[in-house]
Order: sequence, then C-alpha cells, then structure tokens
Amino acid sequence: MTWDRRKFLGTGIAVTGALSAPAVLSEEAGKPRVVVIGGGAGGATAARYIAKDSEGAIDVTLVEPSRVYFSCFFSNLYIGGLKSIDDIGHTYGALAANHGINVIHDWAVGVNRAARTVTLAGGAVLSYDKLIISPGIDFVEGSVEGWSVSSQNRMPHAYKAGSQSELLRAQIENMPEGGVYAMVAPPNPYRCPPGPYERISMVAHVLKTTNPSAKIIIADPKPKFSKMALFEDGWATHYPGMIDWIGEDFGGGNVSVDPDRMTLTIDGEELTVDVCNVIPAMKAGRIAELADVTDGSWAPVNAIDMSSKADPDVYVLGDASQQGDMPKSGFSANSQAKVCANAVRSALTGSRVFPPRYANTCWSLIAVNDGVKVGATYEATEEKIARVDGFISQTGESAETRHSTYRESVNWYAAISEDMFD
Amino acid sequence: MASGVKTRVKLPKQARAGEVITIKTLISHRMESGHRLDPSGQPVPRSIIHRFLCTFEGETVIDLGIGPGISTNPFFKFQAIVPGPGVFTFAWFDDDGAIYTDSRSITVI
Repeated sequence: MTWDRRKFLGTGIAVTGALSAPAVLSEEAGKPRVVVIGGGAGGATAARYIAKDSEGAIDVTLVEPSRVYFSCFFSNLYIGGLKSIDDIGHTYGALAANHGINVIHDWAVGVNRAARTVTLAGGAVLSYDKLIISPGIDFVEGSVEGWSVSSQNRMPHAYKAGSQSELLRAQIENMPEGGVYAMVAPPNPYRCPPGPYERISMVAHVLKTTNPSAKIIIADPKPKFSKMALFEDGWATHYPGMIDWIGEDFGGGNVSVDPDRMTLTIDGEELTVDVCNVIPAMKAGRIAELADVTDGSWAPVNAIDMSSKADPDVYVLGDASQQGDMPKSGFSANSQAKVCANAVRSALTGSRVFPPRYANTCWSLIAVNDGVKVGATYEATEEKIARVDGFISQTGESAETRHSTYRESVNWYAAISEDMFD
Repeated sequence: MASGVKTRVKLPKQARAGEVITIKTLISHRMESGHRLDPSGQPVPRSIIHRFLCTFEGETVIDLGIGPGISTNPFFKFQAIVPGPGVFTFAWFDDDGAIYTDSRSITVI
C-alpha cells in the first residue's frame, strides 16, 4: 500500500486523541456494527465494500480463522503445475490497513440471534446490528462409505484449498508408473460444479508428461455433469484413453472406500488405487447451522438482498446460501456480496439502494491454454435468484478462442483478488 | 482401431424367467462426424460407431444403425425379456472396421 503523508499524520492524531479522550471511544461505539463471518469470496468482498463505501460510518469486523486465504478457484491450476501455491494465497492486511476493517483470526463458534452476538472460540463476544455469514462448505459425514475427515490425509478431498491441495499434488507426483488416480465425485449441489472435472483435466495434464501410462477413474453419482460435452471432447483430444468416467448409470454412485488398504469399490467391483481423491457431499459451513439459519443442508435467503429467511438481520452469502439458480462459485459469492453490502449499508446509514443484479462465470482449463466457460446473468424474483440468460463455450472452437477464454479467466482472477483483498 | 475406446455394460446378474430387464451400454468413442474442419480448414475424416448389435443366445435383441449426428460416447438404454438363462452379447461396429465386443451371462431364479 502507499502512505500519503497527510493521511499518516491524520491517523497519528486520531490515535493520540483516542488515548487521551475516552469520549472518542464511546462515539466510536455508537456506530452501527456489522460482523462478517468468513473471509472468502463472499465475506471478504462484503466486508470490504461495506467499509469502503460507508467511509467509516459503519464499524466492520471480519472473523476468519485462516491468516492466509487459499482460493479454491484456480487451485486446480496449482495441482496442474501452472500456478504456485503462493499465486493462490492472499492475506488480510490490506483490508485492515486500507479500509479500517477489524480482522479477527478466530473461529466463530456461536451466534445468539436474540441478543445479536457472535461468540468466538477464543471467548470474545461481538455485538452486531447486521450479521453476514459466509462460511463456505463443510462435508456431510458418512456420505462416502469408509471415508471421514480423519482419513483425509490418505484420501484427500482438496476441496478446501491450501494444505490439502499441496498434499494431493504430492501424491500425484509420487504415483508409481502406470498407477491409478481415482476420484469420487460429489452429488449435487456442491461448490464449483465444473471443479472436479477441471481437476481431472489438470491431473491428466500432469500425468501425460510425467507418467503417461497412468490411468484416471472417476466414480460419479450424477448421470451428467457441468460442461460435460466440452470436457469429454477435450479429454478425448488431449488425453485419449487415460480417463474413465463411471456415471450413475454404471454404478458410479454406489461406492465405498477403504483408506487403510487404498481400495475403492464401485458397484461391487473393488479396485486398488494409488491416489484416491474423495470429494464428499457438501452442506453449509457449520456456523450457519449453529446460527440456526439452515433448512436441511443450506441456508435459504431472500433473492432481493441475500438476507436469511429466518432473520432479517442476518445475511448468508456464497456456497452456504440457498438462493435459487446461481451455481456455488467464487464469482457468484462475490456478486452476491456486493448486492448484500449495498442493502446492509442502506439499512444502517440510509444510503441509496440499487436494484440487485447478479452474474456468474465459471471458467475451466482443460489443457494448457485450452479454456472453456459457462455463465449467466440473474435477477431477483419473489421466489429466488432466477437465471435470465447465459452462455457456454462450444466444442470445436478454435485454439485462439480457447486461449482468449483462458486469458479472460486469468484477468478475472486478478480482478476478484483485488475486489476481495485490496 | 480408434484410441481410447472402452465399452461398458450394466444389467442384472439374475432375473425371473419372462422378466423384463433394463440393459444400459456405453462406448467411449470420439464419434467424429466428418462435418468438422481442422485448423487448416480441411474436413476431419468421419470416424464413428455406425452399428450396435445386442443378441441373446443367437437371437437379435436390438440392432441399431447409427448416424454421424450421435454425440460422443454413445449411451443406449433398452429393455429385454429374459426367456431363460443365457448370455447377452454386445457388439459395436467402427467405421475403421474394428468391432468391439462384450458379453454378460444372466441366471434365472
């Protein structure tokens, strides 16, 4: 960041003032307070926009346990060796320094909606006027027979990026010649619909050069998947004979694993595998359940402003929300966060409300420079966030079109990173 | 023979005599239609599975002629009556002359 001298002096005086005059503190305490739980694409964007656009009129606290945020989006490119782990890691310092957000690295472990407080694992209690919950996903226990979080070192999910991504990449590098990489794909709905299949593409990209006789097996409980025609066409072009997708019709949903023996059983047929990437069924992050704003696995929200159907002072963003037609993606969460930030500011300071507009694009990389995308715009209806119109890449596009689609995704990554963290 | 071709068949291992069962088959195949152009503007030669045949103990269950409009990885789902124990055989006929085959036996309870 850049310091200008006037700002620096101004800050110094304010700090001195606060120390000598308790009156300033009580004035500070009179500001409306927003607490944001979760510093991902939903939470970090919402916190940043509320703090930035209210110009200090709203006191914003962001609760996020991780010091470094590794984005799930682009983590497949790390697995494919096209990005470093640092390329997808981001810190929260600028949110505090540039926008005055109170960043607390701790777990939110309880929400008392009647008292409007959030309790942290460290014991602190935060009061709020508006609460934004954006915790991402957690896994449904028991959804893949034989797998639990305690076996995630033997059979990584790598669906919360960071150490799990590094582990999976190391396991792929250590596969024996001609070994087998297996994936257990998740049932709908889940974070990043094309994500598992982009991952398969990136794993195949690595194996094609380092271990070309290796095989990839996907056991999938779904009869079809996002951008299926594009992926299948791309796999046949770039990785012929390497990838075997077993969908619902051939027993892909009837699976169990044994992490100790490194076996995967698909529809009664047991296979010994070298890497087993288990992506279990998903649900809203645990704190949404603890706040009692979920109905089943997800938290229903109003399409107009992302407020919870259970409580007008609570908003739920991103993967954890059940909003209608938008896929669970970083782009969606970022888009929802801006609508929410506008609504929260308006409620607390009377600022102008703009009509909600939502958009999403999911890019996937099939091979180096071979990018594809699917996306849409959305509107708020009484019932849900409803799809208006959309677009999708086509099979048989020129290499130039695919390369330019990939460049678009790289630019988007840079833009959303700034939108969340700068 | 085209590369990366794999066949897959799913049907019950046993049935009652006279029972109607569902059979699902899939072949991983490019199904190049012959209508596309390569980057230099030349047509990509057609290479498809043009016929699929399923028999039960020598009797035809289904015999399909397949055109270039069928998508990559053709998937067929159909039903058959099981008169008694026996073997279902499956054959996919490639433009390049290759014939891919698979079979499954079924017992009657």
